[in-house]
Amino acid sequence: MNSPLHVREFEKRRSEASPLVRFMGVQKSYDGTVLVVKGLDLDVTRGEFLTLLGPSGSGKTTCLMMLAGFELPTAGEILLDGRPISRLPPNRRGIGVVFQNYALFPHMTVAENVAFPLSVRRMSRDVIATHVRRALDMVQLKGFDQRKPAQLSGGQQQRVAVARALVFEPELVLMDEPLGALDKQLREQMQLEIKHLQQRVGVTLVYVTHDQAEALTMSDRIAVFDRGEVQQLATPTELYEAPRNAFVAGFIGENNRLPGTVISADGEWCTVKLEDGPVVEAVRVGEHGPGDGVILSLRPERISPLADAGRHANRFPAIVEELIYLGDHLRVRVSGVGRSDLVMKIPNQAGDLALRVGSSVHCGWRREDVRALKDDPR
Amino acid sequence: MSASWATHQTLLAAVRRSGRARSLRAALLVAPAAAFLAIVFLVPIIGFMLRSVDNWEVPEALPRTSVTLADWNREGLPNEAAFSSLVLDLRALDGASAAALARRLNYSRTGLRTLILKTRASADAIEPEKARAALPALDSQWENQDVWGTLRNESSALTPFFLLAALDLSRDAAGAIHPSRDGALYREVFLRTFGISAAVTSFCVLLGMPLAFYLAAAPTKVASLVLALVLLPFWTSVLVRTTAWVILLQGQGLVNQLLLGLGLIAAPAKLIFNRIGVYVAMTHVMLPFFVLPLYGVMRRVPREHLRAAASLGAPPLLVFRKVYLPQILPGVMAGALLVFVTSLGYYITPALVGGPSDQMVSYFVGFFTNESVNWGMAAALGSLLLAAVVGIYVALAGPANINPARTV
Ligand SMILES: Nc1ncnc2c1ncn2[C@@H]1O[C@H](COP(=O)(O)OP(=O)(O)O)[C@@H](O)[C@H]1O
Ligand SMILES: [Mg+2]
Repeated sequence: MNSPLHVREFEKRRSEASPLVRFMGVQKSYDGTVLVVKGLDLDVTRGEFLTLLGPSGSGKTTCLMMLAGFELPTAGEILLDGRPISRLPPNRRGIGVVFQNYALFPHMTVAENVAFPLSVRRMSRDVIATHVRRALDMVQLKGFDQRKPAQLSGGQQQRVAVARALVFEPELVLMDEPLGALDKQLREQMQLEIKHLQQRVGVTLVYVTHDQAEALTMSDRIAVFDRGEVQQLATPTELYEAPRNAFVAGFIGENNRLPGTVISADGEWCTVKLEDGPVVEAVRVGEHGPGDGVILSLRPERISPLADAGRHANRFPAIVEELIYLGDHLRVRVSGVGRSDLVMKIPNQAGDLALRVGSSVHCGWRREDVRALKDDPR
Repeated sequence: MSASWATHQTLLAAVRRSGRARSLRAALLVAPAAAFLAIVFLVPIIGFMLRSVDNWEVPEALPRTSVTLADWNREGLPNEAAFSSLVLDLRALDGASAAALARRLNYSRTGLRTLILKTRASADAIEPEKARAALPALDSQWENQDVWGTLRNESSALTPFFLLAALDLSRDAAGAIHPSRDGALYREVFLRTFGISAAVTSFCVLLGMPLAFYLAAAPTKVASLVLALVLLPFWTSVLVRTTAWVILLQGQGLVNQLLLGLGLIAAPAKLIFNRIGVYVAMTHVMLPFFVLPLYGVMRRVPREHLRAAASLGAPPLLVFRKVYLPQILPGVMAGALLVFVTSLGYYITPALVGGPSDQMVSYFVGFFTNESVNWGMAAALGSLLLAAVVGIYVALAGPANINPARTV
């Protein structure tokens, strides 16, 4: 407080410019042989909603638990606000955590649960009461304060857990699959509620999920995890439109995977000979050249049937194998380009093409929409 | 409207029918166990407890006297009819009944055995009409109002005598209750029994809480191995266990040698055949009763609760006090109650590894049953112990909201 103005100003700017959390070469092994997290470098910017997305067992929870202080990194360091925190016990990190099963204390009422972090901080009764009321209002649980957690529905318990993690105004909140136990409709509603709450409060949120739709809905940025490594860290749009490798392409959204061999590569573009199929023009992603095996990634909704197909560089005949009516769109499986499992999605517009199983079509796509990704050796 | 009302009634009837079927099924499922318990447990226990107030000897042996004495107001000596009834009753008595009567009356007043046997031997020579003069002539005790008072006390079919004796109380010839002259014998035994049980319970809590905590956190494999070690006393016979304790704790035993070697004591300490031996052996046997229910409860406290509390800013001690302890308390209480109540009835272990002043109530129950064949006294001590156990259970289990089904 007594430091000269310019020092304080410097400190402030430094802390504004620096990331709130920085993982530096963090590794984790539980058993001493398998690395569950392999050299994680990741910055969490102040005020952002960052999601760790990946399949089960990819090390997301482990990362979160290391950040919260419940697991110690085997190597590397985590900085919180520029300071290393490996030696800091969880109760002194000031990080709010929401667990998958809410971890509400069953012997306390809703109000006592939410008051817990405040009473631990020895705040006065009046202040606690005010904060608790405000926090419960915030999650629309007015009037539930005297209930026990067991008397609440899953969604209500979820809200209490969120209120409890936010009530002591932490700068950083972690959530580990907090909506995993809710049904689909409630989950989608809660996704937006949490997102809006985070924006309103301005808190930095690190969120873990294995549900790619949830990640796309909520996040400012997404770190896609696989086998303890970040495969790609990007905004939802970028992840969907420009996946950097086959894993990301496969994990985010639906996608046709067409293996092939590069014939020629030139800067941004390349031509690829599909296995048992034609030659295709595609976006070149990563360093690969003639003779290399690649996987072509093609979103089902980017394949056009028949009528429009003419405009595109890639245009091939195909036979309709299966038609599924899904209300707002049709899902069509066709055989063509040497494969029998090519899927396309066609928006359901009135007076559309009269497709039948067995009818022949032409399908085509723009070369910008097909990405040649280095073959995943797995 | 009426149609829906009818439907409603049919529905209700169907629900009731299925409810009846369900309770019938439940009754059938419970019946064999209930019958078994009633036959081998309830009936004998109630029969045994009745013996503590049962007083068949005097009314059966002296039927006329009992009736006559019932009208006596305890002032002065009873009337002549009482004297003559006594002579008639004694004449009619065979040898075995006379012995039982004499022994029974001697519990209540020392000296009555001789008096009764002596009077019976002369009863045939005394004319009932002249009994009023003849009996005092035979023995001056027949002029003692207290002798007649005792006869009157013990001539009813039910007697508080044994229950009073078990509480170190007695009824004088005038019917008033006083502390008995022998001093606080059984009260001390009861206090000792509660004291030993409380001490054993505390040791189990002190040793068992950290152990159960460790077990609950350990991987299942390790936990089941350690649990097997804890359960070991159940699988060894009492004699083997006791012999092991004697070998370990005797004057030249392993424990004494260790303490001597470490320089903690200068001379071998007496560790067995006294209170220390009782504590050690009983805690050993009782520990599983405490650890098992607590282990079950602790395993069910999610790790996330502790983590959540820490992340919300609570230091470890506060996490334990505010979040962990309240959730495991029912298990602690259930385990402690189980240990305490089971300890109250302990018999074999204190008898084998304790000294004369470490014997608990059950020891005296055994003594009166097997050695002095005083069933009334055995039953009185046993009934009081049972009443104490039930009282404690009701007092503690109610407020602590212990539901054994929840802790397993
Ligand atoms: N406490 C632990 N002890 C040993 N292995 C663990 C532990 N926690 C997680 N793992 C292992 O680490 C890997 C990553 O787990 P986790 O971080 O929970 O993944 P995710 O949250 O992405 O599903 C898994 O293979 C899991 O089995
Ligand atoms: Mg996880």
